Amino acid sequence: MNFSSKKTYLISLFLCLLPLLGIIIDLLFDNLGADPIQTLHIRLGDWSLRLLWLTLCITPLQTFTRQRGMADYRQMLGLYVFFYASLHVITYVWIDQGLDWGNIAIDVLQSSYIWLGLLAYIIIFLLAISSPKVAKKKLGKNWKKLHRYIYIGSIAVIIHYYWQLKGNMAEPLFYLITLSILLMFRVAVWFKNRKFNKMMIPTTKRIKVVTVKKLSEDQSTMVDSQKLVVEEDD
Amino acid sequence: MIIKTTKSIPSSEITDPLVFKQRRQLIKAMVAMGLTGSGLYSDVLKASEDKAVLTPTAAEIVKNHTNYYEFTFNKTDATKLAQVLPTDPWSVEIIGEVEHPGIYHLEDLLSQQSIQEYIYRFRCVEAWSMVVPWMGFPLANLLKKVKPLSTAKFVQFTSVYDPDHMPNQKDKAMLEWPYVEGLRIDEAMHPLTLLATGMYGEKMPKQNGAPLRLVVPWKYGFKSIKAIVKIELVKKPALTTWSKSGPNEYGFYANVNPDVPHPRWSQNSERQLGGGFFTPRRKTELFNGYAEQVASLYSNMDLRHFF
Repeated sequence: MNFSSKKTYLISLFLCLLPLLGIIIDLLFDNLGADPIQTLHIRLGDWSLRLLWLTLCITPLQTFTRQRGMADYRQMLGLYVFFYASLHVITYVWIDQGLDWGNIAIDVLQSSYIWLGLLAYIIIFLLAISSPKVAKKKLGKNWKKLHRYIYIGSIAVIIHYYWQLKGNMAEPLFYLITLSILLMFRVAVWFKNRKFNKMMIPTTKRIKVVTVKKLSEDQSTMVDSQKLVVEEDD
Repeated sequence: MIIKTTKSIPSSEITDPLVFKQRRQLIKAMVAMGLTGSGLYSDVLKASEDKAVLTPTAAEIVKNHTNYYEFTFNKTDATKLAQVLPTDPWSVEIIGEVEHPGIYHLEDLLSQQSIQEYIYRFRCVEAWSMVVPWMGFPLANLLKKVKPLSTAKFVQFTSVYDPDHMPNQKDKAMLEWPYVEGLRIDEAMHPLTLLATGMYGEKMPKQNGAPLRLVVPWKYGFKSIKAIVKIELVKKPALTTWSKSGPNEYGFYANVNPDVPHPRWSQNSERQLGGGFFTPRRKTELFNGYAEQVASLYSNMDLRHFF
């Protein structure tokens, strides 16, 4: 697969819309079951989660395959995560809760799983609005720092997913394991870099300048002389 | 027994029970008006309006939206999977602190009872609800026949254990099987508490808990245990399946209460199934709207502590 070709990019762009198309078809044919609002809500959330996991796959994939031009896919997938997450939130606020802000306030306050969903959405929202190239340029070094919050976001997402469940654990377990693998990759990279950095700096011990009294050259008087001393560990 | 397996009258010709009830209310209202003037009329009309609120949820929804974890963790597959469960013949063991313990054939138990329709709200702990026209009889009527001793303080129910037909029992999945539930004796004796054998004027579908299930309308749905094989009158409260699985999340009482949220989600409102896309959520009522009948059972209790 050639990731730098425009065709591959457009196909991926289209593929990410298929879940929405499926949901719309089921909606039109009244195929969402006995609790259609819940089904709609959950399916949008599920796809947001899946696409987030896919987004997190891009960097490791890039490292292993040494493919170029993957950053565009990461951006596209990330924006789709935002898209599906937004529909998920809109379904909750508008369709399920009917914009009843009083009840929404109570619901959010009393439902710990929503706090984490909200945290995840705020992070995804910030990353989406800082996604354009202009923003990236403006933020400079901070852009990378900001976008690392996706790790916190993904952990919030998996807890959000777990905490609203009563029964079935098979599917969430799959997502938990895959997320752990994806995050472990980051930890491994971080450790490797940290070790590497250590090799660059010869020592972490402090070096002190110590003044000592010494006989002068002509041995007539005592003069101050400075010496470098490596400080001993405690 | 009233339950028929084959219907001789097409369902279209059977008067909708709700319509029937409303008619009866109207007649009562007219009688009241004639006898005592218009003062009572408004009261009866109000009662009639309250009844009218309880429009049963479409049967297709109730039959295809079940939590029957013995078969599956999703809500639709039990409709098919449960059909393999043998429910005939069926017997119920009634033991413990009771004058007439024994293993009873279901038919014999039912022959002593008159089956009636009860239209109740059904509120799941997952914050969805429906209105179900159950066919059944008060549990109290059965208990009175077997005569609980004065030492019987609680009633413990056990579901069927049939791993050959129930995949999640075979896999020992998630919960401890068989499913066990319990009630305090006064809750069990309350006239609202039913043993149900049918719904919508028909035999109970297997996925809804055939052939015999409990219905406790003021408690969360998981209390209403399905496919009962054992009723035990005991001195000490039973450790119920869900409270064993999540002691902080699912209590023994599990009374519907909008002011006591589940540790992870709110119970303040519910999605009533069968509505349209923009039908607002329903505000959850204390004791699921049956406070008038059952609140006195808990008059000296801290409902937050005994959730």
